[in-house]
Amino acid sequence: MIPELGHFALILSLFVALALGILSLAGGQTGRRDWMALARPATQALWLLTAFAYGCLTYAFYTNDFSVVYVVQHSNSNLPAMYRIAGVWGGHEGSLLLWHFMLTTWMVAVSLFSRQLPDAMVSRVLGVLGLVAVGFLLFMLVTSNPFLRLTEVPANGRDLNPLLQDPGLVFHPPMLYMGYVGLAIPFAFAIAALLNGRLDAAWARWSRPWATTAWIFLTLGIALGSWWAYYELGWGGWWFWDPVENASFLPWLVSAALIHSLAVTEKRGLFRNWTIVLAITAFSLSLLGTFLVRSGVLTSVHAFATDPRRGVFILIFLCAVVGGSLTLFAMRASKVRSSGSFALLSRETFLLLNNVLLTTAAASVLLGTLYPLLVDALNLGKLSVGPPYFNAVFVPIMVPVLLFMVVGTYARWKSDGLADLVRKLGGAALLSLVLGCSLPLLAGPWSALAALGLSLALWIVLTSLQQIYRQLRDTAHWKNTPWSFWGMHIAHIGIAVSVVGVTMVKGYETEKDVRMGVGDTVAVGGYTFKLTGIREAMGPNYRADVGDVELSRDGQLLRLLHPEKRTYFSSTMPMTEAAIDTGLTRDVYVSLGERLQDGDHPAWAMRVYYKPFVSWIWGGSLLMALGGALAALDRRYRKKRASATSGAPIKGVAA
Amino acid sequence: MKKALIPLGLFLVLAVFLAIGLTRDPRVVPSPLIGKDAPAFAAPVLATPEKQFSAQDMRGKVWLLNVWASWCTACLQEHPVLMEYAKRKNIPLIGLNYKDQPANGLKWLARQGDPYDLSVIDQDGRIGIDFGVYGVPETFLIDQAGKIRFKQIGPVTEEALEKQILPLIRELQK
Repeated sequence: MIPELGHFALILSLFVALALGILSLAGGQTGRRDWMALARPATQALWLLTAFAYGCLTYAFYTNDFSVVYVVQHSNSNLPAMYRIAGVWGGHEGSLLLWHFMLTTWMVAVSLFSRQLPDAMVSRVLGVLGLVAVGFLLFMLVTSNPFLRLTEVPANGRDLNPLLQDPGLVFHPPMLYMGYVGLAIPFAFAIAALLNGRLDAAWARWSRPWATTAWIFLTLGIALGSWWAYYELGWGGWWFWDPVENASFLPWLVSAALIHSLAVTEKRGLFRNWTIVLAITAFSLSLLGTFLVRSGVLTSVHAFATDPRRGVFILIFLCAVVGGSLTLFAMRASKVRSSGSFALLSRETFLLLNNVLLTTAAASVLLGTLYPLLVDALNLGKLSVGPPYFNAVFVPIMVPVLLFMVVGTYARWKSDGLADLVRKLGGAALLSLVLGCSLPLLAGPWSALAALGLSLALWIVLTSLQQIYRQLRDTAHWKNTPWSFWGMHIAHIGIAVSVVGVTMVKGYETEKDVRMGVGDTVAVGGYTFKLTGIREAMGPNYRADVGDVELSRDGQLLRLLHPEKRTYFSSTMPMTEAAIDTGLTRDVYVSLGERLQDGDHPAWAMRVYYKPFVSWIWGGSLLMALGGALAALDRRYRKKRASATSGAPIKGVAA
Repeated sequence: MKKALIPLGLFLVLAVFLAIGLTRDPRVVPSPLIGKDAPAFAAPVLATPEKQFSAQDMRGKVWLLNVWASWCTACLQEHPVLMEYAKRKNIPLIGLNYKDQPANGLKWLARQGDPYDLSVIDQDGRIGIDFGVYGVPETFLIDQAGKIRFKQIGPVTEEALEKQILPLIRELQK
């Protein structure tokens, strides 16, 4: 009964979404107030129905209802409760439902926090989002219904893919989807503005916090995914340039460009067309990512079950959304003239440079991701594009991004003098170059790449700190400094922190693949690992070989590490659970491989790594997200809201 | 107006490629060996190492060469399909025990069941290199003249067996 109710709620929500999409949009365009008034309640009804359907599926998982196909495929009665709840998004159908649930959640947020916006604008935005929701609901109901039942109920389910039975599953997909779906909001604002024909500073100001919030979720989602791969896959990698990873990285790059472009549009009324195209592109890339992941057109380590029917559907949906919005853009763009001019040396130039570089980076990652598909479609053969391409193309584009990132914050709007900039930045430039080139000598053999990476990171940190110092010196009280100022600098420093992590790991990591019996030792990066024993252990739904490894340095025992090799009852594929000793300046990492020899003197393959500064990669991402949060919560967005609603004091709204 | 059409144009080109991509299977990798002579080899038989098996012995017969190893987890996945196939007594199925300890290989066969007419030892992987093996399992279909006619990369699935391998065998045996 419960699954049928969920299914029914989904069908009902399709009609609500249709009504919302058609009537609110028409209302916004014709100015009919009664239709416009529908937008907010219809959005909230859509959210309630979706939340109900989502609850039904979760209930089916929690109660082990194996009459539901999707539950059979992705759960098992031995599965711990946490994974039974998270298992809802462990497969295709449930992922889509989560996607849709999050879309409606963002929509409700817009309906609640948009009181300062004109009604016609809100109607258009929610109408556009309603149409996007129609697409996803149709996709689910036609090709991927999570509530399908079986007539013969199996005794147990096939269990969740063991790779997914990890706390990473609980947090990584929801974060990432929040980011993907969140980009629908600036997209809808852009379409609404195009429909309206008014792309003014007010539009940019409304879009900014939404774009930033979506970017925060993307940042956290990608970082969590990378960290998950690092400790779960057992070979110490943290980024593989896999098509599915790229699918999440592309919208991140473009939305980073969007955030900066919106700043120029808000402050100076420039780059309007750029901003529109970026808003459309960012969401289009989210949809393209869904297409690539779900249609199976590319081979990927994320081997999802694929169905060509789904690919066709998403492609049609993609064409409707992207083709439709770009056609609208082509029709309206000529009317949108940016007014105002700026000198070659000005903050506008630096932000334009940022836009161009980030877009180029995204384009080259997209090209590399799709290249196998293009070559195959032209009958030129089969090939795969690996990390060497991406590293060779991506790194050179990022160098100027990092170089000019903070310089832009020093330059004045409209125009600035070169001499003035050099005077302000000369000291920091010299210091970061000297330190950046000498620090690698402390870490190991000097390398040009390490020196470049560290110099750039230092350059960003030093110039940001100097900027913060100047701000505090020049304002009467530190509280007068806007949150967005702090947000910007924290996010930029976050990038520098990640750059340090990447540089140090790439330059100075060491790994050893060894055969070890009980009592054997191996040394890596100044640490000694001693295998003292291997025992068997039972988990709720798996059996494991657990290694006892003593980690020591200079004869001093530091701690015991317990790498595991798990065999889940439902799968023949063994899973590696690496044991990691995480530190501020290094990780040491052990994973247990195959058993190489049985008998009296058993031996195992072991893999040990020394990874300097690896945790900085994710620490930097956290700083970026924190910076984004501060920027999105800046007083000027809150103040508008507060004064427009009830005149409540600003502090009350901040919480 | 013209400049504003650029993004739409780019997207349409992309959409055409995506549509073509949907009709293809990215996992199908053509093998340069198809249609070529199978590499000649002679190696000891796993169960009776004193005996040699030579690819020459199979001249005039259509046969399958399946590359497997006891350390290979994907082999466990295809194993039931091969066992089922072996029951039907079709054409000879020769195993190539690739980069494996013979003792482990024998133990694996004893535990899992042995679908092969015989397996040969390729402990150092030399024969595998000649065949261009880059992952275990792989399966080759070799015709009467000793030419490779088909190659399956990865586990032999029920579907691949029914839809590709068996029809091809029937055709070759005509």
